[in-house]
Amino acid sequence: MIEVRNLYKGFSGHAVLEDVSFRIENGESVAIIGRSGSGKSVLLKQLIGLLQPDSGAVLIDGENIVPMNERQLLRVRRKFGMVFQGAALFDSMTVAENVAFGLRRHEHLTEGEIASRVAGILEMVDLPGTENEKPAELSGGMRKRAGLARAIVYEPQIVLYDEPTTGLDPIVSDSIDQLIVRVRDRFKVTTVVVTHDMRTARRVGQRVMMLHDKRIYASGTPEEIFASRDAVVRQFIDGVADAKENVL
Amino acid sequence: MFSPFANKRVTAALAELGGIALLAREATSSLLKWRVAGRDLLYQIYFIGIKSQSVVLITGAFTGMVLGAQTYIQFHKVKMDTATLAVVGVSMCSELGPVLTALMVAGRVGAAIAAELGTMRVTEQIDALRALATHPVDYLVLPRLIALHIALPVLTLESIVVGILGGYFVGVSVLGIEPTYLWDNMLKYTHQVDLVIGLIKAFIYGGIIALIGCYKGLTCGLGAEGVGRATTEAVVYSSITILIANFFLTLVMGKLLGLL
Repeated sequence: MIEVRNLYKGFSGHAVLEDVSFRIENGESVAIIGRSGSGKSVLLKQLIGLLQPDSGAVLIDGENIVPMNERQLLRVRRKFGMVFQGAALFDSMTVAENVAFGLRRHEHLTEGEIASRVAGILEMVDLPGTENEKPAELSGGMRKRAGLARAIVYEPQIVLYDEPTTGLDPIVSDSIDQLIVRVRDRFKVTTVVVTHDMRTARRVGQRVMMLHDKRIYASGTPEEIFASRDAVVRQFIDGVADAKENVL
Repeated sequence: MFSPFANKRVTAALAELGGIALLAREATSSLLKWRVAGRDLLYQIYFIGIKSQSVVLITGAFTGMVLGAQTYIQFHKVKMDTATLAVVGVSMCSELGPVLTALMVAGRVGAAIAAELGTMRVTEQIDALRALATHPVDYLVLPRLIALHIALPVLTLESIVVGILGGYFVGVSVLGIEPTYLWDNMLKYTHQVDLVIGLIKAFIYGGIIALIGCYKGLTCGLGAEGVGRATTEAVVYSSITILIANFFLTLVMGKLLGLL
């Protein structure tokens, strides 16, 4: 269970998040939407301790991770898998070495067991036979899949996705959405997806939260959010620019 | 007392120094618990030690040769030709060997470390590492630190040997100095302690290159400009620190060993 209480975060005196509070139950799937620069990724990174809030609390299974140092956080992070916006694959390693990274570091498995687990998870993310390829040889969609395989191979309780479909064409985006749902249903993981892609939010989120003006502005089921008559929510869903933004 | 600009620069410099000290503390704690994978350490020893051989050997050989020639020019005036290699031996062992080796390795390895870690930072690979419950110090800093602590004294030893042989070659083949006396005087005046001083210095410079290179990479600014700046600063700061540290190490070890 993830609980965020009165979270504040700013950079160089500029506030990004103010008094953000929410709770995500075990096994729940939540999409966090909001405009570019609204602090979605900053919020996501604070859930796993990659960024420290200025104040507030982040509770993972009831344990506040904010006062923890980097080494104490390592224990908590074993509960997480994270898929980064640019996949963040280790470019000096092959796909198989990337996917096996967490297994090699934290589990006592033989090379045969690791190879078997890696092949199985690559099959699941529709990347069979890519074990020996380098990240630079993969397309954007394949990199995202490999990043997802690396995040879930050790079966974490919580999977965080940072803009999983950004930069991908609609067909590849759709396949990534399906993959997120497949991972959620197969491993029964808590899923948090940060996105500004409305289709992704609708497909993968059992609940959608909208971040606006440094706060959680709206929260509800996808149906409620997409049927909202609130001007701010409507503008974001319909993708209508402000008059002053039209000049761009 | 100082202008705001100077204050800002001093504060930034002190913050960097503090950051490097904290990194050193974390790395030491990690080292004591031996949180390093053997495979990563071996790769770093290969990359830092084996791949730096040519540059270090060429530097050492030509430094010994030019030092031999220059010393001969001065000593010949006072008919001390056969003491030429003794000067080369002592200088290479305690000063030129460790310092020039460290400077060459700082240029080659320090830059590579800062660039690699900096690129990892801007492409979120460091964050990915942390998300995979791996401490960057254990995985990235410690193998490089240990490898440099091991490789730099070995490279320095090689540099000293080829430097002395280079000086001997120039003395005998080019300057026509009598080889037996030349070699004998070198052995007579170059003491074991000179070599020990040089190797201790090399061990310390290895730590300086690793810590500054890693720190600059791990904290580099965003984008290509950030990586470029981190790389440049890693080389410049390492080189300056090595030169300053060399002076103080010479004084301290000279006092401790009763040479000064």
